[in-house]
Amino acid sequence: MATIELRQVEKKFGQLHAVKPMDLTIHSGEFVVLLGPSGCGKTTTLRMISGLEAVTGGHIYLDGRDVTWLHPSERDIAFVFQFFALYPHMTVLDNIRFPLQAQRVPRDEAEKRVSEIVKMLQIEHLLHLRPGSLSGGDRQRVALARALVRRPAAFLMDEPLGALDADLRESMRAEIKRLHIANNATTVYVTHDQLEAMALGDRIVVMSAAEIQQVGNPAEVYYKPANLFVARFIGSPGMNLISGRYADGVVYLPGDNRYTVPESWRAPLAQALKDGEVIIGFRPESARITEDGALAARVYASDMHGAFNMIHLALGEESNIVNVRVDRWITYALDTPVRFDIDPEGVRFFDPRSEKALRRGGAQ
Amino acid sequence: MSHVELQHITKRFKTVTALRDVSFDIQDGEFFVLLGPTGAGKTTTLRVVAGLERQTQGHVLFDGEVVDDLPPPDRDIAFVFQQYSLYPNMSVYDNLAFPLRAPMRRMSEDEIRRRVYQAAEILRITHLLERRTSHLSGGEMQRVSLGRAIVRQPRIFLMDEPLSNLDAKLREALRVELKHIQKTQGSTTLFVTHDQIEALTMADRIAVLNKGRITQIGSPTDIYDRPATIFVAQLVGVPRINLVDARCDDGTISIIDSTVRLPKPVSGELPARFKLGVRPEHVQLHPQGEYVGELLLIEPLGVESILHIKVGKQSLVCTVPGMTHHKLGEALRFNLVRERLHFFREDGVRIQV
Repeated sequence: MATIELRQVEKKFGQLHAVKPMDLTIHSGEFVVLLGPSGCGKTTTLRMISGLEAVTGGHIYLDGRDVTWLHPSERDIAFVFQFFALYPHMTVLDNIRFPLQAQRVPRDEAEKRVSEIVKMLQIEHLLHLRPGSLSGGDRQRVALARALVRRPAAFLMDEPLGALDADLRESMRAEIKRLHIANNATTVYVTHDQLEAMALGDRIVVMSAAEIQQVGNPAEVYYKPANLFVARFIGSPGMNLISGRYADGVVYLPGDNRYTVPESWRAPLAQALKDGEVIIGFRPESARITEDGALAARVYASDMHGAFNMIHLALGEESNIVNVRVDRWITYALDTPVRFDIDPEGVRFFDPRSEKALRRGGAQ
Repeated sequence: MSHVELQHITKRFKTVTALRDVSFDIQDGEFFVLLGPTGAGKTTTLRVVAGLERQTQGHVLFDGEVVDDLPPPDRDIAFVFQQYSLYPNMSVYDNLAFPLRAPMRRMSEDEIRRRVYQAAEILRITHLLERRTSHLSGGEMQRVSLGRAIVRQPRIFLMDEPLSNLDAKLREALRVELKHIQKTQGSTTLFVTHDQIEALTMADRIAVLNKGRITQIGSPTDIYDRPATIFVAQLVGVPRINLVDARCDDGTISIIDSTVRLPKPVSGELPARFKLGVRPEHVQLHPQGEYVGELLLIEPLGVESILHIKVGKQSLVCTVPGMTHHKLGEALRFNLVRERLHFFREDGVRIQV
């Protein structure tokens, strides 16, 4: 177990920042996810931690020791890639045993560790097969076993589930989380899949455009996104966001709608907004369609997602779509006029110019 | 009117049988989705309908007439692919007008202009008409490809995974738009996908295809609530349906290797051994729940959390709204929603009870 610290770590390719100077502390035993769209700098960050990529500025500390310029093999870190990187000519057992032989771990100790790991991952029956004859999920299990058996100070995982199909991803995700709970090894995990990040991370580092947008636990990034990017990126679909104009406790929204701002938000809105331009945000489950709702809209589409239905409402013009999550038995015909309310606990406000979330005094 | 019917279509490629006795019909104005994993035969079916592939056996009918010998251009269909296939050096306007300018159409420039503007309006790309397609984003390009299909006002739209190259957020938005357009235009559509959420959210009816055969045809509700086989049950629904071995004796069902017992449904017969399916939303936490298990794992997703509950040697997945305050290792009481349980024979076929 180890603490990993990044101090002003950056990566430049010529004049271009792949990662802008960034500070991040990953605590011992923590599972931290670097989340963002492709090209946001998450993989480059991971590769700098591993030593596979040299930094162009800043320092990386492992348990207080400066490892910035140490070779990857000297960092006591194990890497799990999206592609399995197993030796095709070796059996599963030899693949798992290999890093221990390289580290010259005594034979008894090595046997003990291998048998523990293969039991935990339930791959005992595969030990004498070659990777080529395994399914994708089993190959990724073997790759995990090979990383775990080393008992490194930290694990770095780069989209380890990315190459698997949806079903397998769901079950492997749970398996990785169980492994982490059992081993409690410091883990840095890269993904572009927000569901994976939410499901796995103790904390999530949301990245975009080569910098950190927000660091928080799943509840924080979901309920209190720091800016519009996070609000859109987290959740499926993301937060509903509608532009309006604030004046005297009311936000004027498209379609001649007036939203009465909860008391606790009025002072911060009046203070922060120069010209009254504001974006109001709420999650699909924070809206409720009800006859006496304060806001009016038309049904744009309505669809079934399995366990629930989603009603898509057009507010004024068809470019302002609001998604409302409802129970399975609720459906509406196209173009039905409806009214809805927003749960005052679930409403957020953003400044359209800075794109940042507004905050109430104190905790929020 | 456009009504499409496939009658007992079989397609063999040398040694491989890609489609086996595939039959279905698409009603006028219907959004019909072919859902299945890679290699199930979805794209082959689409190509047979288009006339790009000739079936080995069976017939394709358009509005009641056999079109087996009709070449693709005479079938009056429009294809939308996963790849955009636009002309990069032409403006959006010219890309949309292109299919209408085919000499055999003999369409006046006025009529062409009218149709292009109408399609652009529907797709909200009027502001892009003068732009070159090489300067568009992925979502805009896919809208233009849709536009190119719409201007032709074909008898049927054939769509081959048109959303799968787009990122998750764009896919969500376009899914809703595509459905809105299809419903307001009343266009007959055959849509192919491997993505269960696209099928559930957009389809009027879904045909589930597996290894060249149709496993089930039904509305999204039919497919989700009454899956005909284990394959279908596992194909739709996220998180996946719980599927456990069960036994029935003396009117009592027991989940093997667990403490869960429940009475057999009054109607219908169950074999001695079978598979029991329970969707995660039908495992419901309740302080006075009938069953008790240990909380193994929590996956907080935001809108809901997935809980893994250990009962004996089995574990069941359940979903609860929002973030949960339960702790790992905690004993949780829960109920199973009896009327929403699924029973399958060992060979995977649904048992009607």
